[in-house]
Amino acid sequence: MCNNLTAKERLAIDRVHMPELDAELRSRNFEEVNQGLAREEAVREAQRCIQCKTRPCVEGCPVGVSIPEFIDALAAEKLPKAARILQGDNALPAVCGRVCPQESQCEARCVRGVKGEAVAIGYLERFVADWAMTNADKLRSEPLPTGTGKKVAVVGCGPAGLTAAGELARKGHTVTIFEALHDTGGVLRYGIPEFRLPKEIIDVEVDRLLALGVEIECNVIIGKTMTLDQLREQFDAVFIANGAGLPVMLNMPGENLKGVYSANEFLTRVNLMEAGCNPNSPTPIIKGNSVAVIGGGNTAMDCVRTARRLGAERAMIIYRRSEAEMPARIEEIRHAKEEGVEFVMLTAPLEIIGDDKGWTAALSCEKMELGQSDESGRRKPVPVANSRYEVPVDVVVNAIGTRSNPLLTATAPDLALNKWGNIVSDEQGATSIPGVFAGGDIVRGGATVILAMGDGKQAAAAIHGFLSGAA
Amino acid sequence: MFEVISNDILAPNLHRMVIRAPRIAPVRRPGQFVIVRVGRGDERIPLTIGDADPAVGTITLFIQAIGASTRKIVAIPAGGSILDVAGPLGKPTHLANWKRVACIGGGVGTAVLFPLVKALAATESQITTIIGGRSSQYVILADELAALSETLLITTEDGSLGRKGFVTAELSELIADPLRTPDAVFAIGPVPMMRAIAELTRPHGIETIVSLNPIMIDGTGMCGGCRVVVDGESKFACVDGPEFDGHLVDFAGLSDRLTTYRDQEAALCHAANECKLTTGVAHV
Ligand SMILES: Cc1cc2nc3c(=O)[nH]c(=O)nc-3n(C[C@H](O)[C@H](O)[C@H](O)COP(=O)(O)OP(=O)(O)OC[C@H]3O[C@@H](n4cnc5c(N)ncnc54)[C@H](O)[C@@H]3O)c2cc1C
Ligand SMILES: Cc1cc2nc3c(=O)[nH]c(=O)nc-3n(C[C@H](O)[C@H](O)[C@H](O)COP(=O)(O)OP(=O)(O)OC[C@H]3O[C@@H](n4cnc5c(N)ncnc54)[C@H](O)[C@@H]3O)c2cc1C
Ligand code: SF4
Ligand code: FES
Repeated sequence: MCNNLTAKERLAIDRVHMPELDAELRSRNFEEVNQGLAREEAVREAQRCIQCKTRPCVEGCPVGVSIPEFIDALAAEKLPKAARILQGDNALPAVCGRVCPQESQCEARCVRGVKGEAVAIGYLERFVADWAMTNADKLRSEPLPTGTGKKVAVVGCGPAGLTAAGELARKGHTVTIFEALHDTGGVLRYGIPEFRLPKEIIDVEVDRLLALGVEIECNVIIGKTMTLDQLREQFDAVFIANGAGLPVMLNMPGENLKGVYSANEFLTRVNLMEAGCNPNSPTPIIKGNSVAVIGGGNTAMDCVRTARRLGAERAMIIYRRSEAEMPARIEEIRHAKEEGVEFVMLTAPLEIIGDDKGWTAALSCEKMELGQSDESGRRKPVPVANSRYEVPVDVVVNAIGTRSNPLLTATAPDLALNKWGNIVSDEQGATSIPGVFAGGDIVRGGATVILAMGDGKQAAAAIHGFLSGAA
Repeated sequence: MFEVISNDILAPNLHRMVIRAPRIAPVRRPGQFVIVRVGRGDERIPLTIGDADPAVGTITLFIQAIGASTRKIVAIPAGGSILDVAGPLGKPTHLANWKRVACIGGGVGTAVLFPLVKALAATESQITTIIGGRSSQYVILADELAALSETLLITTEDGSLGRKGFVTAELSELIADPLRTPDAVFAIGPVPMMRAIAELTRPHGIETIVSLNPIMIDGTGMCGGCRVVVDGESKFACVDGPEFDGHLVDFAGLSDRLTTYRDQEAALCHAANECKLTTGVAHV
């Protein structure tokens, strides 16, 4: 251990609190809510880590970040070393330090959490990653690898694609990412709002890839502009990471009224096209004064908090189970509440009611109660008799989930899919077509950033093996 | 960056632009479109691919400048460039071996019809093309379409060219004549026109295909914004269409959704203070 605190002294330190913008103010702007730790706070928090030999936290991390090691370097204020360790294990640490559900991953396993509060691993990750971004000059630049002459195509520029591209470039392969949209980042850019993940962070990470020689070609839709077969002819291997971008419809009356959005459309307009948050954006959006967001995941929280920032006086989460079952991150739920979001729990939407001009006017709902557990182990919501009522709303956002987009897979008949239309791949990401690998949401269905990155890393290793073997 | 090779004015506010898009030109098929974004921060605008030259890697777009974004597109001169052109998107037109087919275009719809007529001309079908416009100066591509069709009929609202009236009048006559009744009709133009044509052919059971123009963002099925109700089901026009069976489309719903941003677009237009400059008379 590089710093000489006794175990007792470490145990006596209380967990740090993340400084946050004032809830009332921030609920009306798009500035980042979490302000990041000051250096002294980060170092002190790092000293809370008791450096367990068994490293349980690492087991909780889907990409196996060397958590005690980077925290130890931070505690000793060896920031370049901490950064090197972290960046070596995680391609997008500044992203993960902001959006990972640490409370159910690394921090859930932290030994210090048994009797008190877990080490704030996520905050520390963010601190080190942010330090590394602003102090890039103090870090040795990565030596460029010697080229192997092998070419790899990556489909999709989200976390899975970005991670795989970085790993492969570091092995000396020539990598081209093809992205359907006009910009990079996938859900990180078009889905997760600026107040949780500033866009500059994605830009910095993308620039690091460009510096490694990775080429990114936007506006190329695989399955339309080029087929998978063409990629297979022009490249030695392909990694498919095109995400799960296809909204699941509510299938209820009124769904096509003006003022009803899918989460993807609502968030894309604001995040990718800057509608409503940049006064100069030509992209329009119906902001809504009273907004109902249907769903209980991260996407729903992002939509409802965005609606508040666009000016909604009343912004509601409508969820058919209780708060305990909500899949959203605890921090996002807390932030949403602080920002004045109403949580309407145990309530199922039945119908969206329009006015005589075709605009959304009200949401008709029904109260629910929790019954027997279903296959997922969660108690199933059952309607309460005669509990139907209406809430006046002018915007409804459907955030109940996404499915896999069939654009690519429909044009690649040899690619094996499961019954939900997700690509079938083995542990290493290999698909039914030799040389074609897949990972992220297109394989798992809607999952998390870190799982997508883990897949990208796995697949990159497998692709490297495949290319080396083929050499 | 996608270079603009040429930009001509065909009618007031209607431009033909040829754009270098080497990946798209060789693979696009009739009925498909691209999404165009002029520069950073601009809107994503869907535009049908009017024609393509795979040998030189160019595509042709016909663009009617109706709002702030389309005006910005048509303002780019030859030699200028467009930041993003993505495609080809949408399903290609399904071509069957019809004996007689009528192709009907209204306004800028005529341009969108062009690639379709070209593709049909390569089949055995006998093509009657009917195009309409407000007055003679709004009738476009007449010579090109005449060369591809067996018969070309023109209607104008003021009678300054062809028959005075609407395209539907010509179509009614066509249907009424047993020797000329089409067994399929393609209709592309303003929503009310497509709707009127679908109503006209419905009692005769004539297959009627329309090309819908809802508001789009990604064009890849991701946002769900382009949904239209077809046969009682929500369809995404960008991936399931843009062409649909006109007898099954909920046109009222489509018209209504198209008005979603009318007030905001109008405000934007005034803010840019461009309305006066580009509407009304042809600018040369
Ligand atoms: C609103 C929202 C909030 C979220 N919040 C969190 C969070 O807080 N924490 C967390 O861990 N996870 C969160 N998630 C989930 C997480 O973002 C996803 O699991 C993750 O982004 C999946 O990564 P991916 O690389 O597989 O796909 P994506 O991020 O979806 O990227 C796929 C990319 O491929 C492109 N593409 C699609 N089709 C094609 C094609 N045919 N050709 C070329 N390119 C194509 C897409 O445009 C996109 O850019 C959230 C998701 C959403 C929607
Ligand atoms: C698949 C598809 C193919 C298309 N092909 C062509 C084409 O080849 N040539 C062409 O000129 N246009 C085409 N359009 C229409 C074109 O995309 C719209 O005219 C354009 O998006 C309007 O943008 P704007 O910002 O200039 O006008 P806005 O300021 O957005 O709109 C001005 C007015 O037009 C209405 N409007 C908005 N969007 C549309 C729309 N999609 N269709 C009709 N009216 C609309 C608005 O309600 C408003 O009243 C196509 C649309 C689709 C969906
Ligand atoms: S489990 Fe907690 S205390 Fe133990 S090494 Fe990991 S972060 Fe440190
Ligand atoms: S434009 Fe987004 S789904 Fe069609």
